[in-house]
Amino acid sequence: MAIVTTSEKPVVVNPLKQSQALGATLAFLGLKGMIPLMHGAQGCTAFAKVVLVRHFREAIPLSTTAMTEVSTILGGEENVEQAILTLVQRTKPEIIGLCTTGLVETRGDDMEGFLKEIRQRHPELDYLPIVLVSTPDFKGSLQDGFANAVESIVKQVPQKSNRQNVDSKQITILAGSAFTPGDVQEIKEIVTSFGLKPIFIPDLSASLDGHLEDSYSPVTACGTSLSELKHLGDSVFTLALGESMRSAAQILEQKFGIPYKVFSELTGLEATDNFLQALANISDTSVPEKYRRQRRQLQDAMLDTHFYFGCKRVSLALEPDLLWSIVHFLQSMGTQIHAAVTTTRSPILEKLPVKNVTIGDLEDFEQLAIGSDLLIGNSHTAAIANRLKIPLYRQGIPIFDRLGNGQFTKVGYQGTMQLLFDIGNLFLEQEESLVIGH
Amino acid sequence: MKITQSKINELLSEPGCEHNHKKQGEKKNKSCAQLAKPGAAQGGCAFDGAMIALVPIADAAHLVHGPIACSGNSWGGRGSLSSGPMLYKTGFTTDLDETDVIFGGEKKLYKAILEIEKRYKPAAVFVYSTCVTALIGDDLDAVCKVAAKKTGTPVIPVNSPGFIGSKNFGNRLGGEALLEYVVGTAEPEFTTPYDINLIGEYNIAGEMWNVLPLLEKLGIRVLAKITGDARYKEICYAHHAKLNVMICSKALLNMARKMEERYGIPYIEESFYGIEDINHCLRNIAAKLGDADLIERTEKLIAEENTALDIALAPYRERLKGKRVVLYTGGVKSWSIISAAKDLGIEVVATSARKSTEEDKARIKKLLGKDGIILEQESPKEILRIVKETKADMLIAGGRNQYTALKARIPFLDINQERHHPYAGYRGMVEMARELYEALYSPVWEQVRKPAPWEDNNQTSRQEFSAPLSPVSSTLSSSSSIEVI
Repeated sequence: MAIVTTSEKPVVVNPLKQSQALGATLAFLGLKGMIPLMHGAQGCTAFAKVVLVRHFREAIPLSTTAMTEVSTILGGEENVEQAILTLVQRTKPEIIGLCTTGLVETRGDDMEGFLKEIRQRHPELDYLPIVLVSTPDFKGSLQDGFANAVESIVKQVPQKSNRQNVDSKQITILAGSAFTPGDVQEIKEIVTSFGLKPIFIPDLSASLDGHLEDSYSPVTACGTSLSELKHLGDSVFTLALGESMRSAAQILEQKFGIPYKVFSELTGLEATDNFLQALANISDTSVPEKYRRQRRQLQDAMLDTHFYFGCKRVSLALEPDLLWSIVHFLQSMGTQIHAAVTTTRSPILEKLPVKNVTIGDLEDFEQLAIGSDLLIGNSHTAAIANRLKIPLYRQGIPIFDRLGNGQFTKVGYQGTMQLLFDIGNLFLEQEESLVIGH
Repeated sequence: MKITQSKINELLSEPGCEHNHKKQGEKKNKSCAQLAKPGAAQGGCAFDGAMIALVPIADAAHLVHGPIACSGNSWGGRGSLSSGPMLYKTGFTTDLDETDVIFGGEKKLYKAILEIEKRYKPAAVFVYSTCVTALIGDDLDAVCKVAAKKTGTPVIPVNSPGFIGSKNFGNRLGGEALLEYVVGTAEPEFTTPYDINLIGEYNIAGEMWNVLPLLEKLGIRVLAKITGDARYKEICYAHHAKLNVMICSKALLNMARKMEERYGIPYIEESFYGIEDINHCLRNIAAKLGDADLIERTEKLIAEENTALDIALAPYRERLKGKRVVLYTGGVKSWSIISAAKDLGIEVVATSARKSTEEDKARIKKLLGKDGIILEQESPKEILRIVKETKADMLIAGGRNQYTALKARIPFLDINQERHHPYAGYRGMVEMARELYEALYSPVWEQVRKPAPWEDNNQTSRQEFSAPLSPVSSTLSSSSSIEVI
């Protein structure tokens, strides 16, 4: 329904997009005992690390192959080998996530060949899974890199399954980059309340939720464990959360014959209803009383807040999956979409129930957003909100001028209520400021 | 500026740098030419360094010629403040895609420069090359030359692919670009006998604004700020200064030395951190400018400022006295912060000497005393062990180690470029004292170290991290806490 236009300027001004390798790193961080490794120059890793540290306010395990001029000319195999050996010796990871960058993709490093040879030379590494993902900086965005990493994980880690030992309670949940650690936590609680045993890929709720451990760990202390990953083939169903997770779900279907269903959004009454109904069907149990109660609370909250949402005009600058989810939520409250800017191609963009979607930058957004009542975007949009004098609700990555990004929850009845109150309060504040004067 | 092997070698063996002329034999050139270790390296790249050095030029456009990672993952994140133009905060990039990588990005770059010039009217455009554009062989210098001619705006190529070296090395590349394309290209309206340049001060968190009023009071004019809160034009006429003052940085040493060579401007290396160092800095500037009256006025100002500062710091000194800290930073900061800590009565029990020169190390040793531990590059785990072993009360380090400390329930102070508090100058000392006080005396430490009532009190795992800090908050009555100044 939407016309998708790509900004055709020779220069990007105030990028909205971030690199694939950053997204892949984020996905890897949801596995336990993990250290992600970027094959590129030191800066690739340093920049990604700073973004994640500032956003989550957490220590982020992340390493680099530290490509130099010489290794760029001669090839990076030695650097990859040395990095892996150093990490094994110093950090004792249970699993390594290896992603590429623009530098090594341009020079054409044969990563699969490298790994094969390194494994031949070092049989002592046989126990250690190294998940390889191609994430060139000159293609795609954070969301694509995240999705590619999840695809690599489900392709490379699970062991063969003859489907003899299928666990009727075990389901695989692929949680895309639109979901925060808090979201994953909420989904986990919902799913387990149906008596199901979810395996999340990735499980950011365990690693990036912000909690204190008893001892220091140079790798991720929590997350989805290797043995869970190995037994993915025994899951009875796959739930793909976010359109970008569809390909990974299809891989699991082809590999193990596991049926799947994609949920493009888990925010809003109808979206949550559909999700709970699906869980009820899969688990063959009824929806727990807790959520029936929450549903009534959400209905009430929708009534209380609809005055403020109705006919308001909102402009969004978000990655495709998150854009889809927030647009549907806002429209379900009678809010109009004034402008939508996103980062990368996605099959759902054309299906968005809005007139236009622009794949562009924040300069485009600044021009398109003029005249709206609210902006939704990451911290880089704060300067725009300031210039346009329009309130901002922060979503996406990075958010470095707000606390609690790890815990924030927007899914389920509870999360939807949170979003209603947060955004509703911004609208309410505008109205009240007219009443009490400036 | 072509980056040839001889240029790289020249920058790596910068003769003004003590790394080079104080070391002999094998160790010579070690720290600059040292290659980052795969799997262990932690720092930024040359591109990052070049941007850190030049982005503070506030009225210029800074265009990153590369794929999205270089700009998209980093723009807007640097802490230099501007008193006027905000153009430097705008993230410009050519955002190369697959087609550009195959067919070359020169045309796109040319169009990008023209577009920026047309729409944003920058004082100049700095164009940064990156790993990918260096690898595909885009001729940055040629494109910039043509674009400058077409637009009439200075377009400065900064050849700074990340793989070429460390962040420090990138700083130098930034300095080289200024030397080659900017310094000496314009004349100031007038000059005075008291014109100086500040080199290597990036106005992080507005630190420079703690120092400029002092210089102003003395009648010293900062001709060019290189580059904190700078305007492009002032760097063009920086060659007319009487003195170059290098601040806390070996990174732009090549600039100071070459300006001495080319324009006969002497340079001094100073620090704005710590009372003794600021005193020293002001005295030294006055002495070098060599005016008896200025020297006298400087002494008077120092005396006034020190008296006022003693009063402002008194309540903090009382609280901070005897506290033990581990310092983990690099280069000049290793000793300049020790000196600031000592001024507050804080004992530095261990410090790092990464990136520090032999001269820095000698100073560290003198300041630390005989029991002090000097650290090299340590893993976070090792840092924690040292904090525990030395019974330190807190860790002072760069933001990257913030969560290493906090996760271990250890008080922390950030002193690197991402921080939001200015610690330079006399005023900065008060700010630093307040931040240290806040961190050390926060009531959260006791709460987060206390086990839950249902947990075993003798739990050993928790003990590991209960840093040996005395439970200060419990002994601190509300009347004795310090009012925020």
